[in-house]
Amino acid sequence: MKDNKSRLFSSESRMSDLITAHPSLLSMITRLGIPLGFGDRSIADVCDASGVNTAFFLLICNVYTFNNYVPSTAVILGTDMTGLVPYLEKSHRYYVDKRLPHIERHLDAIAQKLSGRIGLVFISFFKEYKQEVEAHFSHEERDVFPHIRALMSGKCDTTYSIGEFIHTHSDIEGKLDDLLNIIFKYLPPQVDDDNVLDVVDDILRLSEDLKKHTFIEEKIMVPLVKHLENAILS
Amino acid sequence: MKQRLLIVEPSELIIEGLKSILDGQIRFKVLEPEMTIDRLEERLVGSRPDILLINPTLVENVARLRGEGSMAVVALVYQYVERDVLKNYDGVVDIRDSRAVIIETLAQASPGENESGKSNYELTKRETAVLVQLAQGKTNKEIADALNVSVHTVISHRKNITHKTGIKSVAGLTVYAMLNNLIDESALL
Repeated sequence: MKDNKSRLFSSESRMSDLITAHPSLLSMITRLGIPLGFGDRSIADVCDASGVNTAFFLLICNVYTFNNYVPSTAVILGTDMTGLVPYLEKSHRYYVDKRLPHIERHLDAIAQKLSGRIGLVFISFFKEYKQEVEAHFSHEERDVFPHIRALMSGKCDTTYSIGEFIHTHSDIEGKLDDLLNIIFKYLPPQVDDDNVLDVVDDILRLSEDLKKHTFIEEKIMVPLVKHLENAILS
Repeated sequence: MKQRLLIVEPSELIIEGLKSILDGQIRFKVLEPEMTIDRLEERLVGSRPDILLINPTLVENVARLRGEGSMAVVALVYQYVERDVLKNYDGVVDIRDSRAVIIETLAQASPGENESGKSNYELTKRETAVLVQLAQGKTNKEIADALNVSVHTVISHRKNITHKTGIKSVAGLTVYAMLNNLIDESALL
């Protein structure tokens, strides 16, 4: 797909129109630190007021909205990326502190209805997954993000290279698919209640969000860091 | 398991249209499309599509394209194509078809869907035996030794188990085994 910086929405569109057309962007927008109550202000005005770079904002919106959109290196390098790491960190906190515990509460309620050890195995599957996600995120927060911050401030820390990240970065949505399959296909009929419907919605939403998150890391963060590393080394 | 779909079509407009229709369909995974047949041979080897959706004007010999494998070849038509030509394909998608018809045509053509009319999703005794051992935390090697088969066979059973249950991780398969009373609760300790 060709690059077209602003896609359907330009910085002059009203923020409220963007959200009306793509309500799923709302959670991402609040993670960028943009509060609700946009009124009729334009995307550029709302971004300015919250100290978010408009081009960066539109880039992330495009990634979230258009499934096949891969920004070119030129677009990535031409955009102010200072907001990237803070955004990724905020997203991590959002997944770990809000979404996963929320899903866990629903699963707990479902597990109560399963007999004895089965309920226990069911819930421990999710707890294990949660730990894997947390480990995945803390690795990034400990090794990758400080590396990027250093590069962005013109320092070269040679102890870490993004090559390691590319090598070890694993998908974190896979087990959610397993969980959905277990819930759809194999839960006994007696747990057929509102919790099941709610948790399926929540898991699907989280899975979509995590896919975009991984995409942003692999298709935006990695090319950016590669470029910064090369620029500093040469 | 998702059917891997390779689209070969010169029109970007039509490729994008198809991608948008198939996007989010759990039955299909749309591979990076090809606009010409220049790299088709290596793509068939490299990407191993289950379904090849191709504009018949690009194809000289469907049988040769299909080769030895079980790949389905579906024609993608938007102009008049001889009926004799189309009968060599496993299905025909006309771009004027509705979304539902396009998806249904591709699903019908999918290998594994039409072989015996219906796929059998029940685990065989052997697969169940492998699953039980997996749930107990055994490695492929240990399972192979216990069941007196090769590691290769264990891996192939595992593929089938995942295909049938839709569950990839060992932890997920353990939950499955418990829910289906395939393992004793005490067997996990």
